[in-house]
Amino acid sequence: MSIPPQAGVEDRLQKFESVVIRFAGDSGDGMQITGNQFTQTSALFGNDLATFPDFPAEIRAPAGTRPGVSGFQIRFASTDIHTPGDAPDVLVAMNPAALAVNLHDLKPGGVLIVNTGQFKEQDLAKARLDKNPLTDGSLDGYRVIQIDINKRVADALLGSPLSPKEVQRCKNFYTLGLMYWLYNRPLDPTLAWLADKFAKTPDLVEANQKALRAGYNAGDIHELFQGRYEVPKCETMPKGTYRNIMGNQAVAMGLVAGAERAGLKLFFGSYPITPASPILEQLAAYKNHGVMTMQAEDEIAAVCSAIGSSFVGRLGATATSGPGMALKQEGIGLAIAIELPLVIVDVQRGGPSTGLPTKTEQADLLQVIFGRNSEAWLPVVACATPSDAFDCAVEACRIAVQYMTPVVLLSDGYIANGSEPWKLPEVEDLPSFPVTFRSDPKDFQPYSRDERLARPWVKPGTPGLEHRVGGLEKEHLTGNISYDAENHEFMVKLRAQKVMAVRESIPTPKVHGPAKGEVLVLGWGSTLGTITGAIEQLQKEGVKVARMHLRHVWPLPHGLDDIFGRYTSILVPEMNLGQMVRVLRSEYPHHNFVSYPKVQGQPFRVDEITQRVLSLMEK
Amino acid sequence: MAHETTTAPMTTPGPAPVTKKDFKSDQEVRWCPGCGDYAILNMVQTVMAGLGIPRHDIVFVSGIGCSSRFPYYMNTYGLHSIHGRAPAFATGIKSANPKLSVWLATGDGDGLSIGGNHLAHILRRNVDVKILLFNNQIYGLTKGQYSPTSPVGQKTKSSPMGTIDRPFNPLAFALGCNATFVARTIDTHQKHMQGVLEAAAQHKGASFVEIYQNCNIFNDGAFDDIAARDVRDDRTVDLRPGKPLVYGKNSDKGIKIDAMETKVVSAAEATVWNASTKSGAPAYVLAEMDLEKPEKPVPIGIFRSVEEPTYDQEINRQVAAAIAKRGPGKLRDLIWSGETWEVS
Repeated sequence: MSIPPQAGVEDRLQKFESVVIRFAGDSGDGMQITGNQFTQTSALFGNDLATFPDFPAEIRAPAGTRPGVSGFQIRFASTDIHTPGDAPDVLVAMNPAALAVNLHDLKPGGVLIVNTGQFKEQDLAKARLDKNPLTDGSLDGYRVIQIDINKRVADALLGSPLSPKEVQRCKNFYTLGLMYWLYNRPLDPTLAWLADKFAKTPDLVEANQKALRAGYNAGDIHELFQGRYEVPKCETMPKGTYRNIMGNQAVAMGLVAGAERAGLKLFFGSYPITPASPILEQLAAYKNHGVMTMQAEDEIAAVCSAIGSSFVGRLGATATSGPGMALKQEGIGLAIAIELPLVIVDVQRGGPSTGLPTKTEQADLLQVIFGRNSEAWLPVVACATPSDAFDCAVEACRIAVQYMTPVVLLSDGYIANGSEPWKLPEVEDLPSFPVTFRSDPKDFQPYSRDERLARPWVKPGTPGLEHRVGGLEKEHLTGNISYDAENHEFMVKLRAQKVMAVRESIPTPKVHGPAKGEVLVLGWGSTLGTITGAIEQLQKEGVKVARMHLRHVWPLPHGLDDIFGRYTSILVPEMNLGQMVRVLRSEYPHHNFVSYPKVQGQPFRVDEITQRVLSLMEK
Repeated sequence: MAHETTTAPMTTPGPAPVTKKDFKSDQEVRWCPGCGDYAILNMVQTVMAGLGIPRHDIVFVSGIGCSSRFPYYMNTYGLHSIHGRAPAFATGIKSANPKLSVWLATGDGDGLSIGGNHLAHILRRNVDVKILLFNNQIYGLTKGQYSPTSPVGQKTKSSPMGTIDRPFNPLAFALGCNATFVARTIDTHQKHMQGVLEAAAQHKGASFVEIYQNCNIFNDGAFDDIAARDVRDDRTVDLRPGKPLVYGKNSDKGIKIDAMETKVVSAAEATVWNASTKSGAPAYVLAEMDLEKPEKPVPIGIFRSVEEPTYDQEINRQVAAAIAKRGPGKLRDLIWSGETWEVS
């Protein structure tokens, strides 16, 4: 939907199915908090929603400059939605830089709320604008609402004990109040949040609450808008209890859940890295769940400490992003050789090297599948949405302990920082995979195999089972060092075979749409929402196109060859230069895979996918 | 298949072993004949037998290099890991199960070159792990390149004109990391090694023991000037806490620490050694005596021994404290936390 250029004056409360708002301001303007509060309130109100925070890597880039712009996009809807929306219906720009960076995304005729108090000459200069966009005609075609928020906040907080600088820091809550009025949202959740957040400084509680109310009241008093809008509750969401969840939070909870369903205690060794650090922070707060966290001296020590903990019978896990993944690879190779369970979370970001730390990408796929010395295979699971990250973390734990292997869980920046409503599962409905440690010394051999080809897991401290493991090649069964040629080839094949055996425990993904035809859109990871949105739209328009999504990206599940054979082309959109396509072409050489790469640090838009599908069909 | 190793039947549980023999694994020891590592292995097995810790509660961890083959020869649990990272594995092991007695075998290359970072951090964290650094001042397993402890000017395969790198003093390194137990011994000095290893084993916290070890293939006789039986007494001074710093064949010479300098004095004037001073500075001053050989003796023995909370204790204490304060976490409560709403 888009808000019509002139909302009817008579119709004071217009209903919409879905609205996309983007809050944009300086890194210090509190846009992430504003966005999160709007999200939380909309979630409690009962909307389906999806969010996309987009912020710079610098903590505080020079104030007022374009690199310092921080944005938060939220889409809230009365119907099921899959993405935070392509283009915002409403853009809130707190300064000229935020306007300049974001305006091109705003829908034609969209609502633009501008803080004119921040449009002085020096502000324009910081944003490298020669002319004032408020007066040069560049905003024609949008519904511009100009408010001097700086002044209004100062007026509203007249007499406050806060300094003028501190008063100005309440601007974001004034803005939030205004948006609450416009979209008919209750103030209570944010009032309560402020009271809790600043409990130790009552002056801040009062000032921010006052600013929020002032913003809300301004909507009523000042006739800024011609009407209010409403996005009713989403009635099609499945029944249940929900909470809003971010991807990194879901991974942290999923690891705790996975360890518990294995009957193990979690050890999490990690080194801070954007955008994965919140997983460490979150788990450090879960100590009462028996979780042990260690902030290691580097990425290598992080994975090695986790492997050490697995060696003595905990579930070792670690999380990182691309550059850290590169450093961990030798350690992961050892875990493959000594066949111990381990979960490595890779929250992908733009690369190569330091790349774009706060932006999203899917270009670690080949690194995690193939990036170690020699034949060092491991299973890879890729989560698709923030709430799916919970299930995928549990799944990664399952595979790790059942197959005695390291497992990589791929997430990305888009999932990590994005959020969505999560229908809370009951613990007993989660998969259960209790571990049995070997304790019987009779006929014990450290490298004997069970039906899954997994070797026994022995806790040091167990009498009579003393044994040594290491990175040197091991003799089949005994685990003794062996340089024998035949044995080496046998062991290399056995380890690979064990990883491929994971396929016996995973389902063939479902095809959504026609079971055969011209185009199948195949996705993996965080492209799910966009692809789903695009395909549903096309199907509504009568286009015969199907989609399928991969959760297990290595080994690939059974049944794909047969499915691929039923379509003329298989379109694979991914945020890299076609890494999954390379894997697919080598595994299934007889099908027509069409790569659709995008590497801009930004997720695909729905219209990009629909257009690519249509152009493929025209050929 | 032809295998180099033999497979003996697995042992069954029984009473805690008491003899050195119980700590010998079924693996054939494959160091070069005449290597100083044999003497270290022999003494570690001897000391182990006297500790009263059951074999199944002991873990030996190592990295890569000649010294890092050590775990294969100990009939305990063992992890032969990757180059330089043994301290990180050991930290995970000891934290996850503090009941285990964890030992780490490393070398000058593994511990101070590729793994310098991890060695620094296991020491400053004070993880209760016994670290044995075999220092032979050479890379043995890669066949004779210089190491971070090779003296300046040493000619090796990778330094045909002599090394230009200034070497590490492992003791000074450990003291700089605020290690709580720092000692040095010599492979050929079995009795001395026994005393040092026993003290290291008794210490609660990270124990760092540098062992001068002769590589008879690539750096033969590197320590002969101080360690050979006939010169040892005159060329080394043994640091024994509570005892004066006396040395010499006739125990007639002493070392006095005065204004952050060491002086050779008569035995009567020798400083009574205190390894537990608040500051590690006196230990550091002694460690630096290496630079003044042959005028001054090379110090061996116990440089530092202080009690500090251990990382493994603390990490477990925090978990226990969180459980005591908030009750054992229930998974459902965790999932169902935060602000929730109903869709009906």
